[in-house]
Amino acid sequence: MATLELRIREDVTVRSRRLGLLFWLAIGWIILIFAVAILADVLPFPSPTDMDMLEKRAPFSTEHWLGTDGLGRDELARLVFGARSSLLVGLCAPVIGVVIGGALGMLAGYFRGRFEALLVGSADVLLAFPPLILALAITAYLGQSILNLTLILGVLGVPAFMRVARAATLALSRREFVIAAQALGATHARILLRELLPNVVLPLTAFFLVGVAITVVAEGALSFLGLGVPPPTPSWGSMIGEGRESLDIAPRLAFLPAITMFLSVLSFNLVGDTLRALTDPRQGAL
Amino acid sequence: MLGFLARRLVYLVPVLLAVSLLTFLIASLLPGDLAYVILGDQATPEKVAALRHDMGLDQPIWWRYLGWLGHLLEGDLGRSFRTGQTVLQAVTERLPVSIELMLLAETIGLLIGVPLAIMCAARAGGAFDRFVTGTAFGMLSVPTFLSAILLIYLFAVQLHLLPATGYVPLAEDPFGNLRFFVLPALTLGLAEWPTIMRVLRSDMIATLQEDYIALARAKGLKPSRILFVHALKPSSLTLVTVTGINIGRLIGGAVIVEQVFALPGIGRLIVGAIYTRDLVILQGAVLLVAAGFVAVNFIVDMLYAVLDPRIRHGHA
Amino acid sequence: MTAPVLLSVEDVAVDLPTPRGNLRAVDHVDLEVAAGRTLGIVGESGCGKTMLSRAILQLLPKRAKLAGRVLFDGQDLLRLGSSALRKLRARSLAVVFQDPMTSLNPVLTIGTQLIETLMEHLVIDLAAARARSIALLAEVGIPAPEQRLMQYPHELSGGMRQRVALAIALSCEPKLLIADEPTTALDVTIQAQILDLLAREQRRRHMAMILITHDLGIVAGRTDEVAVMYAGRVVERAPTQALFKSMRMPYTQALLAAIPKLDAPPHAPLPAISGRPPDPTRPLEGCSFSPRCRYAAARCQREKPVLREAEEAEHHYACFNPLKITAGLSA
Repeated sequence: MATLELRIREDVTVRSRRLGLLFWLAIGWIILIFAVAILADVLPFPSPTDMDMLEKRAPFSTEHWLGTDGLGRDELARLVFGARSSLLVGLCAPVIGVVIGGALGMLAGYFRGRFEALLVGSADVLLAFPPLILALAITAYLGQSILNLTLILGVLGVPAFMRVARAATLALSRREFVIAAQALGATHARILLRELLPNVVLPLTAFFLVGVAITVVAEGALSFLGLGVPPPTPSWGSMIGEGRESLDIAPRLAFLPAITMFLSVLSFNLVGDTLRALTDPRQGAL
Repeated sequence: MLGFLARRLVYLVPVLLAVSLLTFLIASLLPGDLAYVILGDQATPEKVAALRHDMGLDQPIWWRYLGWLGHLLEGDLGRSFRTGQTVLQAVTERLPVSIELMLLAETIGLLIGVPLAIMCAARAGGAFDRFVTGTAFGMLSVPTFLSAILLIYLFAVQLHLLPATGYVPLAEDPFGNLRFFVLPALTLGLAEWPTIMRVLRSDMIATLQEDYIALARAKGLKPSRILFVHALKPSSLTLVTVTGINIGRLIGGAVIVEQVFALPGIGRLIVGAIYTRDLVILQGAVLLVAAGFVAVNFIVDMLYAVLDPRIRHGHA
Repeated sequence: MTAPVLLSVEDVAVDLPTPRGNLRAVDHVDLEVAAGRTLGIVGESGCGKTMLSRAILQLLPKRAKLAGRVLFDGQDLLRLGSSALRKLRARSLAVVFQDPMTSLNPVLTIGTQLIETLMEHLVIDLAAARARSIALLAEVGIPAPEQRLMQYPHELSGGMRQRVALAIALSCEPKLLIADEPTTALDVTIQAQILDLLAREQRRRHMAMILITHDLGIVAGRTDEVAVMYAGRVVERAPTQALFKSMRMPYTQALLAAIPKLDAPPHAPLPAISGRPPDPTRPLEGCSFSPRCRYAAARCQREKPVLREAEEAEHHYACFNPLKITAGLSA
C-alpha cells in the first residue's frame, strides 16, 4: 500500500548543526547507562529486590540516595537494574529485526518481482495489526519473560527494518558499480555481500538506534501494564506503573524512572537521527 | 480514475485474507487449551473432550479456519463464551468510545501541529522554527504512558481540575463525558502533533521554493494568501496520509491510554479478551481492527487523487 | 525619440553566499529601459541574467545580498517597504517565467490564478473579474476561454500554458513586463507564436519590456536595444540594429556565429565557443572572457575592461580589442 511507504523529506540545512553539544551529551548518557547497567553487580548498590517494610517511600538519604519505593526497595538500585532489563531488551530485539529484516529487505530490493511483492505484502499485513496488542496477546500466552519479550519485539520490528533495507537496496542496485559487477559475472551472493551490504549498513545502523529507542518505549509500555518484564526484576516501565499509585504522596517514584527513560530514549533518537541525516544525503550524491 | 480504484481494490483482497488468516492463527495456535479454561475447576478429561468436540476444537486447523471464514462472510463473527455477547455487539458497544477518543486526539494534534508547521515554514531556520522543531523532536521521545502520568499528576493530583479515570456516555451527559476525555485525548494529541508538524513543515518548505510561489509573490498577492492557498494545498498530501494512517491506527491502538484512563474502548476490550482467554472476542475484534486499518489506508489512497488533480487525470 | 526612462538599474550587484565561497552573480550592472521600449538581455546560462531580473523584481532568495539602486518610476525598489512593493506588483511590474509548467500552481485552476490577481489589485467584483479573465485569455489567443477557467495547468499544452502566464502578467496593465526566457521551454514551432504575441501585446499596450534570452537570434527585430551579458557583467549594449551591424565584442560575434542559419551549406560545422564560463566563485583578474577569446592580448588578462561608449552614440562595450569590421547581418 503506497500510503504505508512514508518518507519524510529531511531538510539537511537545519539538521546539519545537530552534531554539536547535544549529540555528544547523548553519546555520554548512553555510555553512562550502559556502563552502569553492565557493571551493576560490581558497583556498591544495595539489592534492588530487598524489601524494607519499615522504610517504605523514604525520602533521599545517605543510605538510600534516591529513596525507596512502595515496598521499601532502594530506588537507585532499581533504576540501575531496571536499566539492565530495559537495555537488554532494547538492544537485543532490534538485533533480531535488523538481521532478519535487513536480509529480507535486501533480497526483496535486489531480486524484485513476485518475491518482493510477497514480502512487501506480508509486511503490510503484519503492520495492519496494532503492535501493542500483538505483543500483549503473544506475551500473555507464551508467558512473561525477558527472552519472550525480546523475541516478540524483535519479530515485530522486522517489517520496519525490511523497509529501510529494501529502500536502500533499490536506490543502490541501479548504480554503476552494481551493473559493473554484474557485467563482470559476479554471482548474486557476491554482489549482495560485497557491493550492496556495505552501503546498506549505514542507513540500517541509523535506523537501528531509532529502533532501540522504540523498543525501550515498547518494553516500557508493556511493563507499565504489568505484562512486560516479570516482577520482581525491575524495569523502568514497571517502576513507572508502580509509581502511579503513589502519585499523590511520592510522585518521585514515578518521575525518577520516567526521566531516566525519557533521557535514554531521547539520546538514542538523537544519535540515530543524526546518523540518518548524515547518511541520507550521501546516498543521493552518487 | 476507475482503473486506479480497481487496481487498488484487487490488491486489497489478498491482504484482507492474509489478515484474517494471521488473526486466526494467533488466536488458535497459542498454547492454552480453551476448553480447560472455560471449564475451570469442573474440568474432567471427559468433559473437556466433549466440550472440545462441541466447539469443533478437535477439527484440523485449516478446517476450523475455513469454517470461521465462512461464518465471517455471512456476517457472523461468533459469540463470546464468557459474556454471551456476539462479537459485533461487543465491538459496536465500544466503538463510539474509541472513535470519540481518536477524533478528539487527532483534532488536538492537528490544532497544535498545523499552525506551528505553517509558522515554522514561513520563517524556516529562524529562532522560532528551531525551537519548535527541537521541542517536537523531544516530544517524540516521550512515551504515551509517560505523558499520561504527567498529565494526571498535573491536572488530577495537583490541580484537581480533571478526573484521572472514568467514563460517562456522550448521550447521557455531554459535559461530563468531555471532562473524562480531556486528559486522554490530550495525552494522545501530544503524541500526534510532532509528526504532523514535521511532515507539513517539511513539505511546505519544499513547496515555498517552487517557481509558482515566486510567481505568486511577483503577482503581489498577500503573504497570507500565498501561504494558505498557494502553498498549503500542494503540501498537504503527506499530511493527509499521516492523519489517515493515524486515525486508522488509533482505533485499536490506543491501548495504553484506554487502560490508564479506564475508558471502555476497543483496545480495552481486546486486552480484556486476552486476560480472560476469550478467544472468540479476541479473534473477531482484532480482525475488525486490522481490517479497518487496511480499509482506512485504502481510503487515504483514494483521497490522494482528490487532493492532487494531476493524479486524478493520470499525470503524476 | 527619447522616451522617459521607466526603469533605471544603477550599479546593481548581487552576491550569493555559497559553501564554496561568495558567488557574485551580478557584477555592477547599469541598464535603462524607457517607457514603451523593449530591451533584450542576452547571455549564456549562468551569466547572471536571471539573477538580474530577480533583483529588479525583488524576488531574490533570502540569503542573497543586493547592492545598488533600482529606480522604477522614480522610486528606488530596494528601499521600498514590503506593502508598497506589493502594490506595485502586477499593476506596474509583471513577469513571465521560463517554464509555465512550474510557474503555474498545479493544484489551482487557471481561473483562480487569473482572478486572484485581478481581485487583489483592482477594485472589481468576482463576476467582472471572471469576465475580464475570459477576455484576457481570448486576447492571448486561447480558444474556448470559458472552459479554460475551470481547467488545471497540466491539462493544457506548453504553448497554451505560457499564454496563460502571459495573460496573468498582462491582467493589471503593467507598465513593464519582464519575460525571462519565455520560449526556452517550448517547442520550436510554438516559440515564434509566443514571441509574436509578446511583441503584439507590447505594442498595443505601450508597455516597456525586458526580453531575456540566451538566443541572439530572438532579439533581432523584436527589441529596440540589446545588452549582452557575460559572467555577471554587461559587456556590450547598443540599439539592436547597431549591435548587429557593428558589434564590437568578440563574445557577441561568437554568439552570433553559433546560431544555426538556414542558408548555411548542409553539414556546415557550427562554430561553438570553446571553453566554459568562469567559475563565479573565483572571479578572474582580467576580462572574464579572455580565456576563450580569439583576440585576447596580455592586457586582457591583467585588467578588467569597463563599459565605454563607442564612436556611435548609445553603443557601449567593454573590450580592449574590439572588432573593427562590421558583421553583415541585417536585423
